[in-house]
Amino acid sequence: MNRIARILAPLTLVTIILVGWELACRLMSVPVYLLPAPSAIAASLASDWSPLAAAAWTTLSMALTALVIASLCACALALIGGLNPLIEQAVQPIAVTVQVTPVVAIAPLVMIWTGLDHPGRAITILATIVAFFPIYSGAAAGLRAADPDLGRLFDLYGASRWQKLIRLRLPSAVPFLVEGHKVATALAVIGAVVAEFVAGSGGAQGLAWRIIESANRLQTARVFAALVALAAMATLLYGLVSLAERKILSWWAGR
Amino acid sequence: MMIAELRSVRVDYSRGPALGPIDLTLAAEEVVALVGPSGCGKSTAMRLLAGLEQPCAGSVERSIGKGQTSLVFQAPTLAPWLTALDNVALPLKLSGLSGEAARQRAEDCLAQVGLKGAAGARPAQLSGGMAMRVSLARALATDPRLLLLDEPFAALDEITRRTLADDVLGLWFRSRPAILFVTHNVEEAVYMAQRVLVMSPGPGRIVGDIRTPGDLPRPEGYRTSAAFRETVETVSRLLAASLKAAA
Repeated sequence: MNRIARILAPLTLVTIILVGWELACRLMSVPVYLLPAPSAIAASLASDWSPLAAAAWTTLSMALTALVIASLCACALALIGGLNPLIEQAVQPIAVTVQVTPVVAIAPLVMIWTGLDHPGRAITILATIVAFFPIYSGAAAGLRAADPDLGRLFDLYGASRWQKLIRLRLPSAVPFLVEGHKVATALAVIGAVVAEFVAGSGGAQGLAWRIIESANRLQTARVFAALVALAAMATLLYGLVSLAERKILSWWAGR
Repeated sequence: MMIAELRSVRVDYSRGPALGPIDLTLAAEEVVALVGPSGCGKSTAMRLLAGLEQPCAGSVERSIGKGQTSLVFQAPTLAPWLTALDNVALPLKLSGLSGEAARQRAEDCLAQVGLKGAAGARPAQLSGGMAMRVSLARALATDPRLLLLDEPFAALDEITRRTLADDVLGLWFRSRPAILFVTHNVEEAVYMAQRVLVMSPGPGRIVGDIRTPGDLPRPEGYRTSAAFRETVETVSRLLAASLKAAA
């Protein structure tokens, strides 16, 4: 399949869906609060462009802040665990338990601890919790993934534990770290949106808050407009991270 | 002069006995091949000699330091994130040599294996034979007195194997380290080594110690000589007999 066909195939499908949706709404006179036509959603997007962009930035900045905090904490903890297997053994069950506990269940506690008048902090912490595990497990697995024969050579040449960490284990962990950050980026956005829903307050006016507010007022076209903005933001972020992943891995592997 | 020696060494793993009891002595400047069936403990013997593993019984004697031993594995085992030059310089940097001195020595070693032009290439950009040459250059970088080669040509095609075998003998001729060479290939063992040790199936014991005819490096036409063919036959017969006895 050539490149043009690969681009045209999804575009054609999306166009067919939108045209069918538009025609169905018009011909069947579907109420706008139930299912607005794509043209109504586009009009809402155009008129609400500025507040939507501000809301998207609010959600994005909380997600990115969470990602940075999660990355720093997870890498530091994996590094300490990598140097001391006993610490890794101690941390692993706690990390898994926090990961498998739904973030919505932890949210009320975090809201209380951060103060009900600071939902932004609670959202950032909850998104951090969600983004933490993939980076931690990737880093921990990566630090254990060095080629055992290369490890034997390091032992043979009398490498210190520090030399082994810097020259062997950390570079070997790069593909795992990249993969962990890629998954965590998507999860940080999901975590921020879910946390916004749970916080349900006007204190942090991100995209989820706009969805809740518009849904409460039965302004369904605005709900869709916020969803479009959210999907566009998440897709753009994922695309950037995928591009960074390709660049880093191709540098790492020398291809 | 003895370089390394296994005395009545036995190694047991959780699944059972893996090696020995075995006695093996490597003299200075000697090239010895170790042949035997898969799982007989050849690589374990090599790790014992390198000081990377401890025996369950018996003793390992070495007259040289750990830093004077080098190891080449079946796979080139290069760090993919480093260039060929940096891979060769790695053991030197680990032993504390300054960056420039390590670089200079690594360049010399790469030139010795005919890869001066590939110094900046990454392992992924090298062919299997070239990557193995880089691995050999890295092993030579520390100027070892004991070079352990663990089936280094097993993953290569026949022509590359033969070229590399001659290269190894050429390198041995320059600095004369003691070499222990593990292989499945009887012809390769007889061609490359002064002595061929034959091991029985696991737990491996040495069932034959055969001196090969002629001097190293081998003259042209050595592989077709009657003495070479006869030695290959003798080693093959010993191997077959030990397999039959184990069955």
